[in-house]
Amino acid sequence: MSQSKQAFIPIGPYHPLLEEPEYFKLYCDGEIVREVVWETGYNHRGIEKICESKTFEQVFYVVERICGICSTSHPFAYANAVESIPGIEVPVRAKFIRSIVGELERIHSHLLWVGLAGHFLGYNTVFMWAWKYREPILDMFEIITGNRNSYAMFTIGGVRRDINEAQCQQLEKILDQLKPKMDMLIGAVMDDPVIHARLKGVGILTAQDIKDYGAVGPTARASGVRIDVRRDDPYAAYDMIDWKVITAEAGDVFAKAEVRLLEILESIKIIRQCLQRLRKENGGDIRIKVKEIPPGVGIGHAEAPRGEVFHYVKSDGANRPVRHKVRAPSYTNIPTFRKSCVGQTISDAAIALAAVDPCYCCTERMAQVFDYSNGKPLFGGKELIRLSQKKTLDIQGKR
Amino acid sequence: MGLKEKVFKKSLWLFHLSAGSCNNCDIEILDCLTPRFDVERFGMKLVGSVRHADVILVTGIVTKKTKKRVLEIYKQAPKPVLVVAFGSCSCTGGIFAEGYNFEGPLDKVIPVDAYIPGCPPKPEAILAGIVKLLNK
Repeated sequence: MSQSKQAFIPIGPYHPLLEEPEYFKLYCDGEIVREVVWETGYNHRGIEKICESKTFEQVFYVVERICGICSTSHPFAYANAVESIPGIEVPVRAKFIRSIVGELERIHSHLLWVGLAGHFLGYNTVFMWAWKYREPILDMFEIITGNRNSYAMFTIGGVRRDINEAQCQQLEKILDQLKPKMDMLIGAVMDDPVIHARLKGVGILTAQDIKDYGAVGPTARASGVRIDVRRDDPYAAYDMIDWKVITAEAGDVFAKAEVRLLEILESIKIIRQCLQRLRKENGGDIRIKVKEIPPGVGIGHAEAPRGEVFHYVKSDGANRPVRHKVRAPSYTNIPTFRKSCVGQTISDAAIALAAVDPCYCCTERMAQVFDYSNGKPLFGGKELIRLSQKKTLDIQGKR
Repeated sequence: MGLKEKVFKKSLWLFHLSAGSCNNCDIEILDCLTPRFDVERFGMKLVGSVRHADVILVTGIVTKKTKKRVLEIYKQAPKPVLVVAFGSCSCTGGIFAEGYNFEGPLDKVIPVDAYIPGCPPKPEAILAGIVKLLNK
């Protein structure tokens, strides 16, 4: 790599696309990105070590705080892992409640992605609308769990709170109001000519790339790879209800948006069925008492909004895990940047990086473009977003 | 009228810094901008660079790797600047206080003007916190 001619763009460590403060270096040849290098570890909090000092019950509240967006998926996978050691079968009612919380999380996470993707394209209307419709979902969480974000819903052998008849009615009412709005939003996003122009053919990942990098979740499904833990290894209530895996073939950013948007509708369908079953089988246990976890190794996985999340728990028969290992979906999805970003222009890099949904968190980016010959900054982070937004405006202008 | 009152009389511009957070607080901050809460009607706005900011909102614990960056960003901010420790993690360390990568709660690293506890604080708490900070 002849660095004298290539411009170097650091994105991060504080960058709006990323779940954690991470650091990406884009090496560019003029407008074209030639190489992506990343550096992680800013957000390392030592969670696995903390988990080893907590009891099995307490670990739920730690893993919930691995990621604020996936604060159901991690406890879900951890519960599957711990319950697989003694081989506990969770009560049916708890299975449905778990699925409801899991699917609500999927809806809120996908809406969050759609909104922020819109923001990076310069479509703040999409951002505002998507986040506006996310609020009823958070209200539903508040009804079920009492909190908007960290739910503290899961425990070993079941769930901690029941959903009663009155709450079921409230939830169904909110879903009834939400469905037409979702249809409208999805229609508006999928039919928009500017979004087509900006997203189609950008950041393409082929099915072979997905297999090479081991990508999971909507990133894989958008390239025609039909993997979904909910179907491949059913847990909770997913084998008791009718739903289908959403896939798309193109593998570009538009296909990823399409998969996520259609999954929202699928999740609404799952929640409705779960609520119906809850109302039909009124009463019943929501948890079984688990006295102790025998020595052994437990493996659990769950389909988070971003893909498969994997937990490994080792027990020596005491009241706390001796080893706890977590693998989050972004860990395998982030390396696909090397395929999706390389060869793109800088103004498409923002959306190509955003496409795998590496949990957005901050709204600012500390990115600067340096000229290698004299080391002076050329662009700031805002400049990059402005470039991306300008491209959209140009497309609009041409129409 | 002191310098602080003079500077902070009009719209506050916020800069959001995620030191080592789990995303929850960050999303709730963004949530404040969206139609239901809409803090922009009070003139509050998130800015992209700390050099434009009146208030720094810090979320999450300060880790070994981010400590240097937090100090650097605080140094870059135009003074006077208000620092808000946002969420349980930056107020006290919360659940991560016993971790080996923990470099102390935010007030051990930079001076803090207000604490908004909660995991995560609700958007209403954010608004209440900022209002209290201004009346301080």
